[in-house]
Amino acid sequence: MTATTMDIPASRAARKGASLKRDRRWALITSYVFLVLFAIFFLVPPYYMVVTALKSDAEVAHMATNPWIIANGVTLDQFKILFTQTDFLIFFKNTAIVTTCVVVITMVVSVLAAFSLGRMRFWGSSILATGIFLTYLVPDTLLFIPLFQIVKAVGLLNSYWGMVLVYPTLTVPFCTWIMIGYFQSIPKELDEAALIDGAGHMQMLLKIFIPVALPGIIAATIFAFTVSWAAFVYPMAFLYSADQQVLTVGTVTSLIRADVYKWGMLMAGALVAAAPPLVIYAFLMDYYIAGLTAGATKG
Amino acid sequence: MAEVALHQVVKKFGEVEAVRAIDLDIPDNEFVVLVGPSGCGKSTTLRMIAGLEEVTSGNISIGGEVVNDLPPKDRDIAMVFQNYALYPHMTAYENMSFGLKLRKFSKAEIRQRVEHAARILDITELLDRRPKALSGGQRQRVAMGRAIVRNPKVFLFDEPLSNLDAKLRVQMRTEIKRVHQKVKTTTVYVTHDQVEAMTLADRVVVMNNGRIEQIGTPHELYHNPHTRFVAGFIGSPAMNFIPGRLEQNGSGMLVRISDAIAFPVPSANEGRYRSAVGKEMILGLRPEHITEPRHNGQDDGRDFTATLDVVEPMGMETMVYFKVNGAEVCGRVEPKSAGEAGAAMRLRANIDHMHLIDPASGAVI
Repeated sequence: MTATTMDIPASRAARKGASLKRDRRWALITSYVFLVLFAIFFLVPPYYMVVTALKSDAEVAHMATNPWIIANGVTLDQFKILFTQTDFLIFFKNTAIVTTCVVVITMVVSVLAAFSLGRMRFWGSSILATGIFLTYLVPDTLLFIPLFQIVKAVGLLNSYWGMVLVYPTLTVPFCTWIMIGYFQSIPKELDEAALIDGAGHMQMLLKIFIPVALPGIIAATIFAFTVSWAAFVYPMAFLYSADQQVLTVGTVTSLIRADVYKWGMLMAGALVAAAPPLVIYAFLMDYYIAGLTAGATKG
Repeated sequence: MAEVALHQVVKKFGEVEAVRAIDLDIPDNEFVVLVGPSGCGKSTTLRMIAGLEEVTSGNISIGGEVVNDLPPKDRDIAMVFQNYALYPHMTAYENMSFGLKLRKFSKAEIRQRVEHAARILDITELLDRRPKALSGGQRQRVAMGRAIVRNPKVFLFDEPLSNLDAKLRVQMRTEIKRVHQKVKTTTVYVTHDQVEAMTLADRVVVMNNGRIEQIGTPHELYHNPHTRFVAGFIGSPAMNFIPGRLEQNGSGMLVRISDAIAFPVPSANEGRYRSAVGKEMILGLRPEHITEPRHNGQDDGRDFTATLDVVEPMGMETMVYFKVNGAEVCGRVEPKSAGEAGAAMRLRANIDHMHLIDPASGAVI
């Protein structure tokens, strides 16, 4: 009798354990299925780009071949022509200059703005912070008309330096917003300790806040980089000669002539243009995720 | 020369008065502990001394110089925070040397000072570690090291042990005391823990509601509290407060706490109590002064019987709780003589240590 009563809970526990294991297995299987689906979904366009970029124009134009595979051999002709017979490298250089300048300007302005708005409590600081974020909500498709007048007035129409002037209107508000959040998450004892140690506001920012908020700064940098690398509306509106054009608009306008699409070169151009953001992401992601504030205070 | 003086210091946050016109003189090298419940103004007072809060009115002087308008860095103070406030991206060495670097000390001088402080605190091996690789106690040592290397006029501690577990807290408490004995510097230490206050302080400042209730040595505060608040705050378990009535009894006096129980007032106290005769008062008696009868059977009116509600064995002693006149009373008795919960027990009030409190003013007579 005793043996029977002892057995029941034991077998129940075993059954429960088995069902937990089974639940976990199903959860894993389901998540892998969806992960694979997502991976396929997101990798198909790049795959198509690579495949098309490595084909000859003749193969691309030949309707009978399978567009998903390279049937007539791999060729780098598209890249060669792109680099030697189009203005692609000029676009690339212009984009690199614009993006570098925009990222630097954005980070300097938004870090200083966020530090003052997030840490130096003063009258109206929170209203100002919200106001800055609200400006980000105005889309560039609405802004480019008034901005056209401004860019024209300062004589930067059809110059990529005009982009250096206007892109920060998109990047600064959002980056400031991200940085305010980061700076506010740093415990206030840290600046008090720095104050007592004898640091001024600038030293506090440079020696304490920027290193501690590095993950936030990197997140903001990635954002500013992506926005200015991929901006389309402003260069479309403000730039019209090839020597001033940037990648996004330049590639499209020079490789699509009326109804003639140079698909091979378009894809090659898109691949080369997508490379820098990929490299930047790959390098900065680790920093981005790392929680540097661990150990600052209790925790 | 680094005495700290507060004269009629007031701090208001909007309409709320956090610190109400306090006066405090701290002589050179003294270890003063500000103690009180949350929101009593002790941390605000410390932060005003540090220069992290502005003074609404009154004067704070350090080393004879009024520092009201000096920024923290020019006050020559060092502060240890409750949550350490170490710079997370710097090693322990860099954390400790940061203040010296900003003050443009030579590299050799910095190294010598940091290593000296590290030896005092026994953290020499930890100097190249970042805060996240340190335990709570080690972080607190580094935070103290950062204060020590500066060789400041005044050390300020803001509840430095609150984040540590109980055992470590006791160790670090001893450590702080040891460091103060080595590095003789005026120290202001804030805590809500009266045990820390009693063990560390040369003098304790008990604060309540933005005011100073009493300033005194731990011994004075424990044995001669001036107010009911101090009497109740200092000591653990807290002093018993039993409502009662002071009665004239022939040539002597009695404190009657129930129909059955009345204790004779020690004759030494009678002079002080004369004006309170016939009034409702509060009898204050510490738990260690309510024990099992420790005499040879002759009752001098101080023994009484109580029905125990709760009995808490602590090992070397046992706490017994019972009710008298509606008040919960705690006594400390020998483990062997403690009765059972629910049973009656014969107890003795060591009335020589009694305090008589005016319920209206809260003052100890």
